[in-house]
Amino acid sequence: MTELALQQYLDFAYIVAVVLFILSLKFLSSPVSARWGVLAGEIGAALAVVVTLFNPEVVQYKWVLIPLIIGAGIGVPLGLVHMTAVPQRTALSHAFGALSAAMIGIAEYYVGTTAVTRFEMGEIALEVIIGSLTFTGSLIAAGKLQEILPQRPIVYRGQNIVSLSVLAGALGLAAALVVNPTHAVLFPVMVIVALIFGVMLVTPIGGADMPTVISLLNSYAGVSAALLGFVLNSKVLVVAGALDGSSGFILSVIMCKAMNRSFTNVMFGAFGQVQASAAGVQEERTVRSATPEEAAGILSAADKVVIVPGYGMAVAQAQHKVRELYDVLTKKGIDVRFAIHPVAGRMPGHMNVLLAEADIPYDRLMEMDDINGEFPQTDVALIIGANDVTNPAARTDQSSPIYGMPILDVDKARTVMVIKRSMNPGFAGIDNPLYYMDKTLMLFGDAKSFVNSIVHQLSGNAH
Amino acid sequence: MPPDFISNLYVFILAGFVGFEVIRRVSPLLHTPLMSLTNALDAIVVVAAIIIAGRHETRLTTVLGAIAVAASFSNMVGGFVITDRMLRMFKSRGPKKS
Repeated sequence: MTELALQQYLDFAYIVAVVLFILSLKFLSSPVSARWGVLAGEIGAALAVVVTLFNPEVVQYKWVLIPLIIGAGIGVPLGLVHMTAVPQRTALSHAFGALSAAMIGIAEYYVGTTAVTRFEMGEIALEVIIGSLTFTGSLIAAGKLQEILPQRPIVYRGQNIVSLSVLAGALGLAAALVVNPTHAVLFPVMVIVALIFGVMLVTPIGGADMPTVISLLNSYAGVSAALLGFVLNSKVLVVAGALDGSSGFILSVIMCKAMNRSFTNVMFGAFGQVQASAAGVQEERTVRSATPEEAAGILSAADKVVIVPGYGMAVAQAQHKVRELYDVLTKKGIDVRFAIHPVAGRMPGHMNVLLAEADIPYDRLMEMDDINGEFPQTDVALIIGANDVTNPAARTDQSSPIYGMPILDVDKARTVMVIKRSMNPGFAGIDNPLYYMDKTLMLFGDAKSFVNSIVHQLSGNAH
Repeated sequence: MPPDFISNLYVFILAGFVGFEVIRRVSPLLHTPLMSLTNALDAIVVVAAIIIAGRHETRLTTVLGAIAVAASFSNMVGGFVITDRMLRMFKSRGPKKS
């Protein structure tokens, strides 16, 4: 077989892989067909990898096969992490993807230093900058999610100006390289500046904004792969990168809308300093609290219960206890559903995965728009570790930083119960008027042990 | 401007639209598996990494390529494993009845 004919066979295999990738995402439109999506993706990816090993350009296998084995050795344990660790694992995989794209771009520069044209230099520089900043940015995001780094936003005066200057520096170096691609000294400097910018991009962003940030980083990782496809003239990379990039972009838009914020506001707004203004008023107001016995009594008298989970449920690892509560209430003939806010938790869909892990049927998990109309007919709204997404100030208080954010209308339920550790304001540091309403009962304690006590009460009464 | 650039741009724009239309239809229920699946698909950059490492041009490019192979292949393997694990957990009510 001539080399050209072989190349055409390889291209054909890549086209099949691309078709399988698109089908893979299409299967994800319903939970019923979703697992076929994984299979389609796996076949496509396996096909692409195997045919690439037959590419005539590959002349030695040692430094291909050893890293493949190492990669599988890292990948399998990362695929088996606990479900509560999925957000940080996802951030880490954005980092790996971006690292890989950046490394290939850098290698392309050093392979072709003599022959590289200005146009190619521009492509390579852009690709390497995006790959590098996504790499360090994702590592910082993973560190925050793993709580190795502080989750609160780290801010200082003039931060945006400093950060944007660093980005301008990286782009300036890229421009200088385009003008004269043989200025090889500038290339590593550009990479380092881009790496630094990635750190500066994510450190000022707080934990509650992670769903948006993780989606944006997903998008960047996709864009860097697509750009790499341009550099290498590889259409399979262009397609896969475009798919990943548009997925991350769509998710970021959904997350931003769910917080009523713009991209620029998330990236440069540093949400999360405690609002000092309301501090004086707080102490006057009283809250009503209740014991597990009282809570169990109210729940067993209800017909319709809506549970609102939030990040606090994930932190307390309470999802399995919540499932026991779901079981005991369902057995009593009570209609129990879950209201999922798009930004509940630390990444898109976080709550759904945790509740599915606890074996709660997915048809009980309701999106915000579908459940909001039903709160007035709901007897009890039970909030477990969610705060800002239930804050009625978002509808009424124009001075609130979250004013305009779509929320779950739990305050319209007949009774509201909130499991919370203390009256400390939530992550965004915003006071929640829900807690001072007459219909609201505060259940102070750890989510897991409090739900456990309620379950004990309820199952005790059943006999 | 290299001639391939335009054809790549066509592919990029069309794939972007396909991605947009397909992903818009993904249930919000599955947004976390969506992200891990697109991560696994994006790890197809491993094919470029294999060529860079396998060409064995200079020590530097081989090392960079080898790192890229390991990083992207770990994403590919890990991404598929975790997506499948997550999707297996999503059950509707009473599947055992049938």
